[in-house]
Amino acid sequence: MAAVSTTDLASADKLETHKTRQARIYGFVLIGLAALVAIVFALESAGEATFRLSHPRDTWVVPNLVVPAAPFNFLAAAVLALLGVRQFMRGGSKWSMISIAAGCAIAVAAFLVWATAGKSFSLTGMLSATVVAAVPIALGGLAGVLSERVAVVNIAIEGMLLAGAFTGALMGSLLGGWGGLLCAVIVGGMFGFILAALVVTYRMDQIIAGVVINLFVLGVTSYVSSQVFSEYRALNNAPVFRAWKIPFLGDIPVIGSVLFNQNLFVYGAVILVCVATYYLFHTRYGLRARSVGEHPRAADTLGINVYSTRYINVTLAGMVAGFGGAWFTLGSVGRFDENMTGGLGYIGLAAMIFGRWHPVGALMAALIFGFADSLQQKLAIVRTPIPSEFLAMAPYIATIVVVAGFVGRSRPPAADGKPYVKE
Amino acid sequence: MDVELRGITKRFGPVTANDDVNLTIRAGEVLGLLGENGAGKSTMMNILSGLYSPDEGQILIDGKPVDFEGPGDGIAAGIGMVHQHFMLVPVFTVAENVILGVEPTGRFDYLDLATARKQVRDINEKYGLQVDPDALIEDLPVGIQQRVEILKVLFRSAEVLILDEPTAVLTPQEVEEFFGIVKSLRDAGKAIVFITHKLHEIIEIADRINVLRGGRITGEGDPKTLTENQLAEMMVGRPVSFDVKKGPFDPKETLLEVKNLVVLRENDEIAVNHASFHVRSGEVVGIAGVQGNGQSALIEAVTGLHHVTAGSISFLGKDITNASARERHRMGMAHIPEDRHKSGMISNFTIYENMVLNTYYDDRFSNGPNIKWPEVLKTAAQYAIDFDVRTPSVYLKAGNLSGGNQQKMVVARELERETKLVIAAQPTRGLDVGSIEYIHSRLMDARDEGDGVIIVSSELDEIMSLSDRILVMFEGRIVAEFDATAGPVDKNAVGLAMAGAHE
Repeated sequence: MAAVSTTDLASADKLETHKTRQARIYGFVLIGLAALVAIVFALESAGEATFRLSHPRDTWVVPNLVVPAAPFNFLAAAVLALLGVRQFMRGGSKWSMISIAAGCAIAVAAFLVWATAGKSFSLTGMLSATVVAAVPIALGGLAGVLSERVAVVNIAIEGMLLAGAFTGALMGSLLGGWGGLLCAVIVGGMFGFILAALVVTYRMDQIIAGVVINLFVLGVTSYVSSQVFSEYRALNNAPVFRAWKIPFLGDIPVIGSVLFNQNLFVYGAVILVCVATYYLFHTRYGLRARSVGEHPRAADTLGINVYSTRYINVTLAGMVAGFGGAWFTLGSVGRFDENMTGGLGYIGLAAMIFGRWHPVGALMAALIFGFADSLQQKLAIVRTPIPSEFLAMAPYIATIVVVAGFVGRSRPPAADGKPYVKE
Repeated sequence: MDVELRGITKRFGPVTANDDVNLTIRAGEVLGLLGENGAGKSTMMNILSGLYSPDEGQILIDGKPVDFEGPGDGIAAGIGMVHQHFMLVPVFTVAENVILGVEPTGRFDYLDLATARKQVRDINEKYGLQVDPDALIEDLPVGIQQRVEILKVLFRSAEVLILDEPTAVLTPQEVEEFFGIVKSLRDAGKAIVFITHKLHEIIEIADRINVLRGGRITGEGDPKTLTENQLAEMMVGRPVSFDVKKGPFDPKETLLEVKNLVVLRENDEIAVNHASFHVRSGEVVGIAGVQGNGQSALIEAVTGLHHVTAGSISFLGKDITNASARERHRMGMAHIPEDRHKSGMISNFTIYENMVLNTYYDDRFSNGPNIKWPEVLKTAAQYAIDFDVRTPSVYLKAGNLSGGNQQKMVVARELERETKLVIAAQPTRGLDVGSIEYIHSRLMDARDEGDGVIIVSSELDEIMSLSDRILVMFEGRIVAEFDATAGPVDKNAVGLAMAGAHE
C-alpha cells in the first residue's frame, strides 16, 4: 500500500495526519523550552561558567572550557525558538524527531551553564559518572531485551538486580570479588529460570510473576540485611573491583578518563551488549529466538522448540541482570543496603523500550538516564538554586518524558507478553 | 515419493475429527481434498505433517510405515505444509523466513545469509516463483507471501506439498498464476495435496478428488467427469442450491451517502482514499477487494469505530461523520463485524448476555441501573429460535458454540430490531454451507423488507451472487463499480479491478 504517498496527499489536501499533529505538539514544546531558557536561565545567568575538562595530574592537560553564561543562553533560546517555529512550517514534520532531540540537548546545556554560572564544574567527572551510572540501567535493559525478544515480559529485572547486589555482597565477603560476582550471576540466572518456569510452563500472568519475584527478593534481602548483616558485619563487607586504566587509550584527554579508566562492570556491560547484538542478529540461535518472540506458532511448525528457547533466553537475561546487580555492591560500595537498586530495574525496562528492543539502543538510552542521574549528583555538590530533593528526581523525570514522548512509535516483538500454547 | 494413509482415526475428547481415513498421495499428481470447515481436512493434514499423532492407523511412505512424533518429523520425511494462515515472521526478510530452522551457518554460529539468498534464488529460478529474498514479509502482498511459504517447504526438499485453502486470500488473477506454479511443481514430480472447499477450483486443478465429510472419506472421483453439483452433494450430504432467492430489484430513497471519505491508519498510511458511494433502500451493495485494501477501515469509519480524517458520512439525511457508534446504532444501523471473536461477541459471556450487547440500555431491558434479566432471557431464547441458533440453552457461554451458530447469534442480535442499513463484513467466513445459506437468506430478507445492505467479502463468489451493485476497492480507493441488476457481471473484469488494473 506504499503506492500512495501520504505526505503528498496530506499536503495537497491539508489533511491533519498523525505526523503533522505530532510535529505541531513538538513545536509547542520547543517554543516552551525556548521561553524557559530565555526567561529563567538567560536572564538569571551572570558571569562565566567554567567547565573543567581534565585533572592537573593527567598526561595531557586540556584547558578549561569557559562559557559566558548569559549570551550562551540567549543564543540557546534563539535556536530553540527557531527549531520550534520550523515545526509549524511545511515539511517540518520530517525533522520532528531530530528537532526535539536536539532541542532537549540544547535545553540541558543551557541549564548546565545557568547552574554553573560564576562557578567551575568538572565536565569530565560528570561524564565519567554518567557512564558508571548507566551500567546497571544498561544491563537491566539488556536483560529486558533478551527476554522480551522471546516474548517474555520481564518486570522481574528489578528483583534480579537486587538479588545480584545482595549475593554479590554476601558471597563477595565470603569468597572474594570474583567468587561473589560468579554467585551473583548464578543467582540472577536462577531467578530468570524461575520466571521462565512460572510464565512458560505454568502460564502465569507475566506481569504478576515478575512482581512476585520482585517482592520476594525485596522481602528476603531486606530481612537478611536488617536482621543478619547488622549482627555480622563481616558478611556485608565485600571487596570492590577498582577502576582499571587501559594503557594508552586511558591517556586520551576527556574520552580516556570517561571510557577507558573504568572498572570491570563498565567494560563488561559494553562487551555484553556487543555479544548480545551478535547473538540476536547474526547467529542461527538469535534468529530462532527472535522468531519465537515474533511468531511462536511459525517457529513451532519449523521444529523450533518454543518453550526451551524461552527458558534459555530468560535464564540468560537473569544472568545478565545478576551481573548488573553485582555492580551495586562489588562495583561500587562493597556493602548491601535495603532496596539499594531503588527502581533502576524499571528504568532499565524503560531503556529497553526507548532503545527499541535492541541491545545497542538500550545502552544508548541507559546513557541518557545515567546522564540525568550523574547530573543531579554533581549539581547537588555545586550548590544550585534548586533544592537537591528536586534534582534527585531527574532520572525519574527523564524516564517519564522519554516513555511518554518517544515510546509510542517503537514496536515490541509481536508476541510479547503472550503465553504460547501448543495446539 | 508416494504417501499412504491407512485407517487413520483421531479423536479430540468426545469429538472424532478423523474416522478411519484412507488416502493415497502420488508423485507427479495433484490430489484435491474437498470438504467443509470442520470436516476434518486440517486435522488429517496436521497428522501428515507430524503436528498431531493419530490414535489409530498408519502412515506409509513409499510402502514403509513411519512414525511421526513432532512437527519437525513430517518435513524431515519430505512432507511440507503450506498453512492457510501463513506461518511467516512479518519483520523478517524472505531469506530469513525461508532458512529459519535449517539455517546455513559459518564459524561462531554466524548466520550465512549470502548462501541463503543464493539458495532462495536457485529455487526461485527452478519453479518460476520470482520472490526477492531481501524483501521484508510485511511489505509483500499476500500472493507473494504464499510463494514464500512454498519456498520454505521446497528449501527443506519437500517431495509432498500440502496446500491448505491456498486460494482463500488471492484475487482471481493471482489464483491463475498460483495454479501455474502448482502445475510446474507437479510436472517436476512433486506430489501435491490441494485442500479447498471451492468446487470450481478443485475441478480445474486436481487430477483426482477425495471428499471428506464428518471426518470420513465420503467420495472419490475424477474431476473430468464430476460436476460441481455432485461434488457439493458429496461434501454437504444433501443437494445444495447455489442460487440465492431474492425479490425484484426496487431501490428507493438513499440511506447512506459517503463523500470523499479519507481514513488514515495509526502510522499515517492511507487506508481509505477519497471514497464516495451511496446505498439505497432495498439494494445490496457488495464491496469487493483483496484483503487489506481499505475495506475494513471503510466499514469502521461508517460504523463509527474509526476516526474520519476528511470527508463526510450522512445517514438518513443526517450528518453522522462524528456521531458515536451508539448513535448510529440507534438510528438503525446494524453491523456484523468481520471478526466475530474480536469485535462481534464476548466469548466468555453467555448467549443471552451476548444477545443484548447492543440494546441492554433500552427501556425494554433495563430499569434505571438494573437490567431486567427475565426479560433478557425470554427475548434471547426467542432470538435463538428465530435465527436457528442451535444450542441446548441460552445460559451456555457463547465461546462454546460452533462458528456457524456464533455467527447466527451475532446476526440475530443485529437484525432483531428496527434496522435501516445492514453492514455485514465477511458474514460467512469459515462457516459451513448450511449456515452460509441461512445467513445469506436473512440478509436478502432484510433487503426485500427495504433495508440497505452492504456486504464486504473477500470471497468474490459471495459478492457476485448477493449484490445488486458491486464496488471494488484497491489501495483505499473505490476503483470500479459494476451493475449486477442488468445481467451477470464479468467476473474477470471484477478480478482485474481488484488487482488494480483498471487504469
